[in-house]
Amino acid sequence: MKRALWLVAVILLALAGWWVLRDGTRAPVAPSASRVSAATLKDPALIAKGEYLTQAGDCASCHTVQGGQRYAGGRVLPTPFGNITAPNITPDRATGLGEWSFEDFWQALHSGKGRHGELLYPVFSYTSFTKVTRDDVLAIFAYLQSLAPVRQAPVAPGLSFPYSVRSSLKAWRALYFQEGEYQPDPSRTAEWNRGAYLVQGLGHCNECHASRDSLGGSQSKPALAGGQIPAQNWYAPDLSTQAHGGLAGWTAQDIVDLLKTGRSARGTAFGPMAEVVARSTQHLHDDDLRAIAAYLQSLPARAPAVADSSPLDTRPILAQGAKVYAERCADCHGKDGNGVAGVYPPLNGNSSVNEPSGINAVRVVLLGGFAPVTAGNPRPYSMPPFAQQLSDGDVAAVVTYIRQSWSNQASLVQERDVIKYRHTPID
Amino acid sequence: MLWRAMRVIGTCALLATLDAGGGVSAQDAAHPTIPDTLQQRIAACTACHGAHGEGTPESGFFPRLAGKPAGYLARQLKDFQDGLRKYAPMEYMTRQLSPAYMHEIAEYFAAQEVPYGRSPLPRLSAEVLRRGETLVTRGDVSRQIPPCVACHGGQLTGVQPDIPGLVGLPYDYISSQLGSWRTKTRATVAPDCMAEIANRLSDSDISAVSGWLASRELPADMHAQAAGSVTPPLHCGVLGNKEGGA
Repeated sequence: MKRALWLVAVILLALAGWWVLRDGTRAPVAPSASRVSAATLKDPALIAKGEYLTQAGDCASCHTVQGGQRYAGGRVLPTPFGNITAPNITPDRATGLGEWSFEDFWQALHSGKGRHGELLYPVFSYTSFTKVTRDDVLAIFAYLQSLAPVRQAPVAPGLSFPYSVRSSLKAWRALYFQEGEYQPDPSRTAEWNRGAYLVQGLGHCNECHASRDSLGGSQSKPALAGGQIPAQNWYAPDLSTQAHGGLAGWTAQDIVDLLKTGRSARGTAFGPMAEVVARSTQHLHDDDLRAIAAYLQSLPARAPAVADSSPLDTRPILAQGAKVYAERCADCHGKDGNGVAGVYPPLNGNSSVNEPSGINAVRVVLLGGFAPVTAGNPRPYSMPPFAQQLSDGDVAAVVTYIRQSWSNQASLVQERDVIKYRHTPID
Repeated sequence: MLWRAMRVIGTCALLATLDAGGGVSAQDAAHPTIPDTLQQRIAACTACHGAHGEGTPESGFFPRLAGKPAGYLARQLKDFQDGLRKYAPMEYMTRQLSPAYMHEIAEYFAAQEVPYGRSPLPRLSAEVLRRGETLVTRGDVSRQIPPCVACHGGQLTGVQPDIPGLVGLPYDYISSQLGSWRTKTRATVAPDCMAEIANRLSDSDISAVSGWLASRELPADMHAQAAGSVTPPLHCGVLGNKEGGA
């Protein structure tokens, strides 16, 4: 009798496991069976709106490989769980979205499921895109369907076990994914709500500007509090403009300037954000940029950072850093670290200098680079790469110096951190 | 590893002696004045390639850009941007540049007049150098290798606007470029003539050609020949439809 009970329990457990982990299946909706007519998708006004929104979502950034055709996919997105290659989203019938209906597309963006109901990997940011309205998703779909089809075959994800089992995403989704369109907050202004919608939805800002846990889930509480981007190894700063926020003291205009031109009185976009500005935010209308700024300015103040209690005597490091700074940096960024308005960013109070990890300053010193080319800054100034000129010790010293000079009070950076980032892949 | 690190530091010391700045002398001013010049804007380029694109002829590590045809230089920037030419620091540097800005930068370096320095030469036998001379001036019909002069000009100083000169370059630079076409770390738009030719050369041919070119006396006029003054024997993607034969 007891054995029979055990058997029943085991069978029930197995059934429950199968039910939880089974792959979802769904028959695709043929374009001819779609509730959206072919004529609707050809509406030039809808397509134009879709183009704007597709840029706002920066879809091209992931769905275009270096040197490849726009939206034809192929860019390899590294994650701690393996590489995933972004698919082709041009309307090619064999390799892209040519056979997709609006219903299929909506399900991908809103529910994170593929055409046949398979669970999509969240490197595709449906955790954010689920907030996008049906009308906006329709416009994006109309725009993508209006592109010239490009034949470029998809590449299967290169994930290691157990992440290679799609149904393992069930558990992940239960923890981190909340499906649902953005719900406006009636106590806020229309501008604030528009900003929140763009930032939380299409802009998918929280996908980078938040820390991720060991399962790759992004911390949404508090939202936009900053975090290191896995595999890419840049630090996306906290976006609060209030006390102790990463953007403390930034005005709405500073935010608009950075998103529109790539530079502002407070800092210049570089690394992945340079790409976001160049491909996406510079194309946003001024009222949308102002809405984003209004929303970011409403993010709450943060707790003060815990003071660095390193037992190291930092005086020799700071002296060495001061020397390197005077020789290499002061000509452009100024002895006072305040930069040159409209030309070189200030380092004093710069969110990317003071972010918790120090990784951004180290990598910018090593790599140098141009500010993004935008309509508002078509011939940007640039910073020389110092990888060939400075030793790891010098880089650590000068970065520590700028992180602890003027009003800056960030933690020190050590030589061993610099070695690590010399070998970080650039893409 | 340590030896390598020391070599890098050595290079740094050398570079530190080069004037990479744009004539800024605001060391002591709290608020530096920055000239609104292209040279100042492209400090990222001049830090390694020199303020006038002189490169590092002693080592050959950072190539000279001065005086190379503008179309050629702009193409290289685009090829780095597209990942056809592979060198991570250059791919990163060019990632966000617009075609217009890349052309402006290319024009800047193309217009620079800088004397040519000599670079160290490996010891090569007279026989190897003769083989090099033959390949450069007459090619090797049996292996379908066209002579360099057919495209790069009778004086090997290049042809406007897309073909670079081959004299005045370090041995290490020439041989490593020929090697990189074979390892596919340097490519360009199809058909990629130089990749084809580099793959027809043997290893010893690469040494011979590079050695002979690098040891050549420089002609008095190092400027590239006029556009359209050569008829390339191969159809090359980089030359578009402007030139090119079979």
